[in-house]
Amino acid sequence: MRPIEYFEPPVASKVNYINAQYGLKSWLLTKDHKRIALLYLGSITFFFFIGGLYALMIRLELLTPQGDFLQSATYNKVFTQHGIIMIFFFLIPSIPATLGNFLVPMMIGAKDLAFPRINLLSWYIYLLGGVITIYALLAGGVDTGWTFYTPYSTTFSNSYVVAAGLGIFINGFSSILTGLNFIVTIHTMRAPGMTWFRMPLFIWSHYATSLIMILGTPVIAITILLLAFERVSRVGIFDPALGGDPILFQHLFWFYSHPAVYIMILPSMGVVSELIANFSRKNIFGYSFVAFSSLAIAVFGFLVWGHHLFVTSQSVYAGMIFSFLSFAVAIPSAIKVFNWTATLYKSSISYDTPMLYALGFIGLFTVGGMTGLFLASLAVDVHLSDTYFVVAHFHYIMVGGALMGYLGGLHYWWPKITGRMYPEGWGRFSALVIFVGFNLTFLPQFVAGYLGMPRRYHAYPPEFQVFNVLSTAGASILGFGMLIPAIYFVWSMRYGKRAEANPWHLPGLEWRTQSPPPTENFEVTPIVTWEAYEFAPPEETQVVGKFGPELEQI
Amino acid sequence: MADVMNSHGSTQAHGHRALQHHFENMEQQREAGTLGMWVFLVTEIMFFGGMFLAYTLYRSKFPAAFASASNHLDIKLGAINTGVLILSSFTMAMAVYSTQVGKRRQQILCLIATLILGLTFLGIKAVEYHDKYTDHLIPGHLIPGNPFGPAVQEHGQPLDHHKLHLLEGATLPQVEMFYWIYFAMTGMHALHMIIGAGLLTFLLIYSIKGRFDPEYHSPVEVIGLYWHFVDIVWIFLFPLLYLLGRHLEHG
Amino acid sequence: MQSWIPLVPDSASTFSWKVDALYFYLSGVTLFFALLISAVLIFFVIRYRRRTPYEIPRPIAGSHKLETLWTIIPFVIAMTMFGWGARVYFEQYKPPANAIEVYVVGKQWMWKLQHATGQREINQLHVPVGRKVKLIMTSEDVIHDFFVPAFRTKADVVPGKYTTLWFEATTPGTYHLFCAEYCGMNHSGMIGSIIVMEPREFDNWLSGNTGNTTPAAAGQQLYQTLGCASCHGANGEGGRGPTLAGVFGKTTQLQTGESVRVDEKYLRESILNPQAQIVAGFGPIMPTFQGQVSEDQLLQIVAFIKSLPAGGQTQTPAPATSPTPKAK
Repeated sequence: MRPIEYFEPPVASKVNYINAQYGLKSWLLTKDHKRIALLYLGSITFFFFIGGLYALMIRLELLTPQGDFLQSATYNKVFTQHGIIMIFFFLIPSIPATLGNFLVPMMIGAKDLAFPRINLLSWYIYLLGGVITIYALLAGGVDTGWTFYTPYSTTFSNSYVVAAGLGIFINGFSSILTGLNFIVTIHTMRAPGMTWFRMPLFIWSHYATSLIMILGTPVIAITILLLAFERVSRVGIFDPALGGDPILFQHLFWFYSHPAVYIMILPSMGVVSELIANFSRKNIFGYSFVAFSSLAIAVFGFLVWGHHLFVTSQSVYAGMIFSFLSFAVAIPSAIKVFNWTATLYKSSISYDTPMLYALGFIGLFTVGGMTGLFLASLAVDVHLSDTYFVVAHFHYIMVGGALMGYLGGLHYWWPKITGRMYPEGWGRFSALVIFVGFNLTFLPQFVAGYLGMPRRYHAYPPEFQVFNVLSTAGASILGFGMLIPAIYFVWSMRYGKRAEANPWHLPGLEWRTQSPPPTENFEVTPIVTWEAYEFAPPEETQVVGKFGPELEQI
Repeated sequence: MADVMNSHGSTQAHGHRALQHHFENMEQQREAGTLGMWVFLVTEIMFFGGMFLAYTLYRSKFPAAFASASNHLDIKLGAINTGVLILSSFTMAMAVYSTQVGKRRQQILCLIATLILGLTFLGIKAVEYHDKYTDHLIPGHLIPGNPFGPAVQEHGQPLDHHKLHLLEGATLPQVEMFYWIYFAMTGMHALHMIIGAGLLTFLLIYSIKGRFDPEYHSPVEVIGLYWHFVDIVWIFLFPLLYLLGRHLEHG
Repeated sequence: MQSWIPLVPDSASTFSWKVDALYFYLSGVTLFFALLISAVLIFFVIRYRRRTPYEIPRPIAGSHKLETLWTIIPFVIAMTMFGWGARVYFEQYKPPANAIEVYVVGKQWMWKLQHATGQREINQLHVPVGRKVKLIMTSEDVIHDFFVPAFRTKADVVPGKYTTLWFEATTPGTYHLFCAEYCGMNHSGMIGSIIVMEPREFDNWLSGNTGNTTPAAAGQQLYQTLGCASCHGANGEGGRGPTLAGVFGKTTQLQTGESVRVDEKYLRESILNPQAQIVAGFGPIMPTFQGQVSEDQLLQIVAFIKSLPAGGQTQTPAPATSPTPKAK
């Protein structure tokens, strides 16, 4: 068998990317992908808590059937802004711009992304978009729903639609630039020996995500731009009163916004692939199937937008085609779930916090994905569309899926990013609290949805109250659960146990350099001679007795 | 783009002075730059794609209005502009070639020619826009004080180029829709031309400073790609916007 | 009769049990797979927990057999869901020929409904059990959505076009009517009720609500006042404009050589945008009525044209329950 060289800790130097330079300027003008990842981390966390605050307001309002906590005009703004902030300013950039930015170059053995300045530019664009959007919120808010359906948004709404649209338009370019950077980096900057099929699945999923970012985002950009011009100039290509077609807007909008769901979930699937393999010390079962299923999702994801329009009087034949394709896009996701599960067979599973999140992800994503089938199924969707069933379904995907993956990844790479360990006990505790709170919040909404409770209702018939009380109770647990990591992560940056170069004892490239890494990631360009997740040499057929000398100290 | 363009203070002992620290060699840097531009152009196609979709939808919905409005566009200026752009693509290609073979003088001349042709295009476009302005063909309330309201040519009147000749079945709101799409598409194209002219100026300054050589020419190449793309967009826009229903007018 | 927390809404239309059956099938499959995955996960997590910090499990590369198996099985299951869903959907969106028609106009934030016999209702709709009801819907402002959970059906109500929805109620009672497409400030107030009655009661209700002009009669008045008669003839027999009598539901030849089915949508389009689809043999001389007629009035004119018998003989349109028109 081969020696244990994979796990050799590199010579630790005192200089790393964090202490290489000091001062505000060294951060704001940095071209280091790791520092930019931290800039993103700070800003998306800020937006996450704003979005969370709105979520709390929604749940408080819905505790009782009457509209007693907020006025209906305020409530409409609150749910709109919750959607805009969470989707465009948290979920879409969450994993790619923080973990992806930090890890894509490290995992393929590059010194940086291909275009460091463009990377920094993308953060400033994100920030500019964010500032404009916040201006829209403070100046008076937006009340169109995050979907901006015309002609309400173009002609009838008396709110800051143009400003919010401009914010989203600008923000779109940050995600285009991130996607562009990833694609070029993955194509041209892999270390010697890092072939396509040696890449960690995290990279594959980011590659697929980037494809969606560059192909989809421009379409939403032009759509929002046309909408804004229409509002200003009162010539309409979306407003029937001006000769336009409001359904055209919905086609263009969902052409991006459905694939955007995959922008949110694919990176998370990548993280989960890493966690499942690494915390069970096992290569991923059916690596190439998991890798290609990411690409399949990215491609098929562009062909299913019409399933958002089953009740808009689109032709029944179009409906059938979109329904068929929507069922087809479920298959690659199913393949992933089965392969993750099979990976655990005869493995060595640890119960560290990141693994808890990964296991939670598989369960919640299964429920979220399967309930998607209800909405792809034409007749049932007619009853369910625009009800709380839809709300529950996409929160299972976006919170139960994307957010769980993000938190799992953040715990997993925290020692690499900061050089400190987070407190494991608190980590497990909060993972449990979040899991319970999440299910209590959204499980009742499936039932409320089938019973017919429409979404975006400020007041509702009293028979739905029991579900809303459960939901609100769950949301408070969920909110509390989210605060715990926020506190201990900040705490650990100063007081956490110092992390070794490779605290989890893993073979991935990012663990073969010090924690935190030096500015150029590796002292010398690594030469890759192993497969992804190669814990045991490939010719190994027996379970190895001992892991390695340095592990015995544990 | 700025990344490939700039030979910022990289002080590596080996390699070209324009080699950035995170690339292994010039070859890798050039490959990254070119691929980056191709990927960017894909996003551009999708960006214009949304407008082409709207165009297709409304042209099939209001064919007569689109033909009438298209007939009112100045086909001569449009054709001249098409020629100007095709010529500029040629000079751009020559600029890339002369950089690759290290003919600096020729490179600078070609860049200047491309820039002048680009500005000519924008100038002619401005003239066209001004004509639309004086004929009250700016859709909606885009320009305050000059709402859409062109004079309509009546049957039997002598031909007046400032009047809109409405074909059978066309209505003014539909014509307004055409002009809305016309301004959205050509405006977006002009914006790309302006950005292109800025990039050319940048290239020009750098080549006068002598930053490019046969080993380091990817900025010229990459901006060349961009310039060709913007030209190609116009090659699509010209027939789609200017050449609709010409046979109806004369036949 | 009902459990403490109901899991399905009231069932009151012929679609209800069909959608419920599919829903239960989907729920069953979901539950099965969710439990299967969870059980296997929990079993693996306990069985293969890390016992010593040193252990390295034996690598397994994967299995094409298994991959094929778990690609094909989900695909087959998904296709059953697809086929079943599509079948019921086709039924939901294929309006029957012999249905009672009700005109619906949505506006911020109310539903205006009118029966073919003239009765107007606001945020309420009375329908009989056992008869097919077809709604012809449009909106005055933004997109709304007519949603009756107990009937398991909904359809968007889109400004600028007609959408249809049909159902056949099965159980008398009062059911929710929701606007399901977000439509602005008072969206959650745009609710109403559907009152399903026994046919006999419904007929009583209809005759008890007299004093309304039928939409067709109102349409006839508009037809006169707007001057349609001067070209299309007093009874739609035609003249400078094409014949209207008896054209509804037929196919007509256009100037462009194409042919088009004369339905509500075509009539509406021809009133608002007469130049778009001109009947063969006529000139583009009709002015547009855009802005001069409201959505309600459009529906009335359409109802009048539909009521005209072929041949253009003089006839009073569909008998009103009360001959004296009353101010609204």
